[in-house]
Formats: sequence, structure tokens, C-alpha cells
Amino acid sequence: MGSSFAVINIELLKGFWFNIYIFFMTLIMALPLGLVVTYGSMSKFKPLKWLTKTLVWVIRGTPLMLQLFVVLYMPGIVFDMPFRSRMTAALIAFVINYSAYFSEIYRGGIESISKGQYEAGQVLGMTRAQIFFHIILFQVLKRIIPPIGNEIITLVKDTSLARVIAVAEVVMVSTAYTSEGLIWPLFYTGVFFLVFSGILSLLLSYTEKKMDYYKG
Amino acid sequence: MAVLQIKDIHKDFGKTKVLKGISFSLEKGEVLAIIGSSGSGKTTLLRCLNFLETPSSGEIIVGDESLFNSENKSRISDEEIRKKRLHFGLVFQSFNLFPQYNVLKNVMIAQELLAKEAFKKGKEYNGCKTMEQANEYIKNKSLDLLKNVGLFEKTKAYPCELSGGQKQRVAIARALGLSPDILCFDEPTSALDPELTGEVLKVIKGLKSSDSTMIVVTHEIEFAAEVADKVIFMSDGVIAEEGPPSQVIENPKNERTKAFLSRFHG
Repeated sequence: MGSSFAVINIELLKGFWFNIYIFFMTLIMALPLGLVVTYGSMSKFKPLKWLTKTLVWVIRGTPLMLQLFVVLYMPGIVFDMPFRSRMTAALIAFVINYSAYFSEIYRGGIESISKGQYEAGQVLGMTRAQIFFHIILFQVLKRIIPPIGNEIITLVKDTSLARVIAVAEVVMVSTAYTSEGLIWPLFYTGVFFLVFSGILSLLLSYTEKKMDYYKG
Repeated sequence: MAVLQIKDIHKDFGKTKVLKGISFSLEKGEVLAIIGSSGSGKTTLLRCLNFLETPSSGEIIVGDESLFNSENKSRISDEEIRKKRLHFGLVFQSFNLFPQYNVLKNVMIAQELLAKEAFKKGKEYNGCKTMEQANEYIKNKSLDLLKNVGLFEKTKAYPCELSGGQKQRVAIARALGLSPDILCFDEPTSALDPELTGEVLKVIKGLKSSDSTMIVVTHEIEFAAEVADKVIFMSDGVIAEEGPPSQVIENPKNERTKAFLSRFHG
């Protein structure tokens, strides 16, 4: 393994590619899946509601690190069908974990919209779907952008947890250098996270500003 | 012929009986004012008419169409309820404008959605054959309505930039956009500062014409006396007294009406 600054940078970038991959795949799947979970936890059908609430409690109440192990080993132990790809296992754990968090943010957002907004839509002859998509959704989005933004920034850093099941993300790559007596690459990985979350913060505050044209 | 007939409407919430048999009828072009103290069931009655609540029993007839009859036990689909609702318009005490849309869009959006739906089903919308025609029609109609409520200058403003009185006038234009047979007002000035009630009452007064039927739940007794053709005094879920304002407001016979009105005369 080469150890010039440029070479190490390239190796670390290769590792960070996995972080970015986990980040985007998790968002793409967990953002919509969270909405499905929200419908479960807001369901009028009590068994579904309590089942969903229990699942959310378990997911939010245990460490993501533990969930990564459970997802990785479960199929092998229970069905005798171990994962071929550790990345797949990591993604499943991340998507489940983040769906639970997103679903609670969605629920808070949806429940914060006054009943009057629904009723105004109803007396104007709108269907349930029209009320949700034309009246409620945008107002919910405006209200949940800040907490969702928080979760998104947390996700950037959580991606480094994938190393516990040996996904070669950036921190894991850097620790290979540490074992060779080179400590700076480990500290240096912070720069990757900082730059990435910095760009995201800018995007998020831009979106917030865009939606700030009305109050309420 | 009566445009609206209400027959023996009851509404219970669990064990609480809020409406205990309300019956009245309304002719086309009439303005009905419903007065009474808080908790007498006025708002619940309006909500039943707009299908935001389902009456426990009774019948609602608009024109010659029975919209609700508790004898008929078959479940009404959402689709049917929507159609029935369009006979009524409702202006809320708390306006309930859509904050993310400007004033014009607030008035237009429900009309646009109805037009889109009509075209999807291969029908016309108010004589318009294409969505372009419909958009033109809806925009002109909405601008006219906003002009009528004195908000032509504010079409581009957002609800958060308006005063309470202006918001309520937008809400009135929005309800009129769908040309309901009967327009209902649920204490339209109760959430307003006293100096703003005048502009809203003036707009409601201006709507009075031979073909607009209105039901106004209000605490503005003077306004009711001036505008209403018919006044109902509700107390404890029943109609305690009804008749022209000259009778109910000027010369009440019922003790409860007298007690209620004496609070306004000081």
C-alpha cells in the first residue's frame, strides 16, 4: 500500500464512496418507506397501529450498531441463508432504522396540521387524496424540513457504522493505515464528513428559505 | 318551493345529545339567522348540513332531492357525500384559508380540481369544453368574486399578509366559487377584532339577493335583525323560538329568548 498524501487520499475517497452510496440509497428508500410506517402508526385499525408502534419503539430504542449485526447474522442463523453481500445487510439495517425515525417526524408534521384545513377541503368538495396532495402535503413538508434535515446530517455520520460489519467505508480504510503506524488518515476522514455535511447544510437551508414565502 | 327542508334532525355525541329534533325550511333567496348561546347546537347543526358530521337521525332535503335520510341505512360512499356537500358552502369562524396559496389560488383551487375531474370523466365544466377554457372561466369568475368582496388589489397576497377581515372575505369568495345552493356562515365575525367585523358583515349583506340562500350562525344580533328574513333562536339543542326578526328579536315570547337577548341590550 502506497503512503503518499495523494495515494492515501484516493484510497480514502474509494472508502468514502461507500459512505455516499449508503447515504443516498438509505434516503431513497427510507424517505418513502417512512411514510408507509406513518400510515401504520396512525392507522385506525388498532392491531396494526400497536404493531407499528412497537416496531418503531424497538428500532429507536436499540443501537444502530446492534441492528447492523442482527440484520447481518439473522438470515444465516434463522433460515440458513447468510447474506452474500455485507453492503446489502448494511443497507437493510440503515433503511429500517431511518424509516422509523422519519415516520415519527412525518407523524408529528401531519398531526400538526389543523383539522380546519381538512374540513375546508372537504366542504369545497375535494377528495381525500386531493386534500392530502394539494392542501396538506406541502404544509407538512415545510414543517418537517428542519427535523428531517437534522436526521439527514446524522445519517452522513452514521454511515461510518457500516464498518462494524466490515463494509470498507472511509473510517475502516483509514484504520488500516493506523495499524501501519500512520494516525493522520484516521483524523483526516473527518474532513470528508465535514465537506459532505457542509454541502448538505447549504442545500437544506436553501430549501428552507425557498419555502419561507408564507407563514403558518 | 322550499330550497331546504330539515326534518327532525338529532345528533348525539356518545351520551351527549347536542341536537334534539331540529326542523325548519328555507325558501330560495331567504336569509336565516341562527342565534343562541354557546353550546346550544348552532355550529353542530351547520356541520350536519355540510356533512362534516352525520346526524343521528332525521332528514335533509335540498330542492326535491333527499340528501340525507336516517331511514335509509345503506352506507353512503365518500363520492356521494362529496356530491351532496356541493349543495352547501361553509365559511368557518377561523377562515381556514390555505396558507401556501395566494388569495387568487385559494379561490380557484377547488374549482380547478372539479374541472379537471369533470374532463377526466369526459364531461363539460360549466359549459367549458377544454381545460384552457375552464382555466379562463375559473380565473375570471374568481377575480369577479374577489372584486365583489373588495379584494381585487390583494389577489397576489398570501393569507399571512392579510388582516382577519380580509381573510374572511377571501374565505367567502372561495365558498362562492363553487356556487353552492345554500351558503352557511359559522360565526363569521367571532374571531375578528371588533373594528374588523363591519367589513365582513357588509360583504355578507351585499350577497343578499333573490337567488342566494344563506344561513348565518351569529352573535351579531343587530346584523341578524337587519339582514335576516327569518331568525331561529336555539337553546339546548332545540329551536326555542322562530319567526321574522321583528318577532323573535324585537318581541320575543319565549323566556329563554328574552333572557338571551337581554344580555345584548344591556
